[in-house]
Amino acid sequence: MKHELKLFCEKSQLAELRAFISKTLAPTNLNDVSQNQLILAVEEVCANLIIHSHDCDPQSFLLLKVNLNADTIIFEIIDSGKAFNLIEYKSPEVDSVMKERRKGGLGLLLVRKIMDKIEFETNHSINTCRLIKKLNSK
Amino acid sequence: MLTINKTAEEGYLIISLEGEVDASNSVELDEVIQEALNEDIKKILVNGHELQYISSAGLGVFMSYLEDFKENNILFIIYGLNEKVMNVFHILGLDQLMTIKDTKEEAEKSLHEA
Repeated sequence: MKHELKLFCEKSQLAELRAFISKTLAPTNLNDVSQNQLILAVEEVCANLIIHSHDCDPQSFLLLKVNLNADTIIFEIIDSGKAFNLIEYKSPEVDSVMKERRKGGLGLLLVRKIMDKIEFETNHSINTCRLIKKLNSK
Repeated sequence: MLTINKTAEEGYLIISLEGEVDASNSVELDEVIQEALNEDIKKILVNGHELQYISSAGLGVFMSYLEDFKENNILFIIYGLNEKVMNVFHILGLDQLMTIKDTKEEAEKSLHEA
């Protein structure tokens, strides 16, 4: 089953994003903790794009597609902003975040810990970030 | 939606979080903790019973103050987190860097023992 959401680039839209994913995952057998992890991982990527690639411009938007399969759940986040390659980005260590008193930097670390596979591609200035969760894993 | 309430108890402050902390409102959490530091409060409890969700924006606020807490001998204890929220702290091992207790009673006990 495929589900789609057009998400405008405002931080206030994150609550709507969570509600959409929660509704989309309802038919799966995932427990509350696992569902929450997936919601969190997708939100972290979207928040990152909204803030850093789109400067919270409410005119621009992201497209989220969720594909529920028998053995995987695939989230595709598509945008046409500045390409942010999640795979090339080096997350800081938790320890340095604390010592440097940084308020950011933990989000993509969470995404890496939660998801089984992350793919990124840019094609004619359309960026696609694909987050893949295998079912019955992790 | 996030609601933050502050309650002054004898000898410590309780910051109660209700709702969801994300990138849209984590600055509110930041302000409340900064205020407590400015007021030179040495014992802070965070009541997470009604906290339904936290993203890295919220975790980052806590993390950014851990060094200040150490330097200023501030006791900072979070309690009452539900399973989903606790799991998010656990994924990054933050439960090893901060004091997190199940109940208010246990949190208060830690304050008295310190």
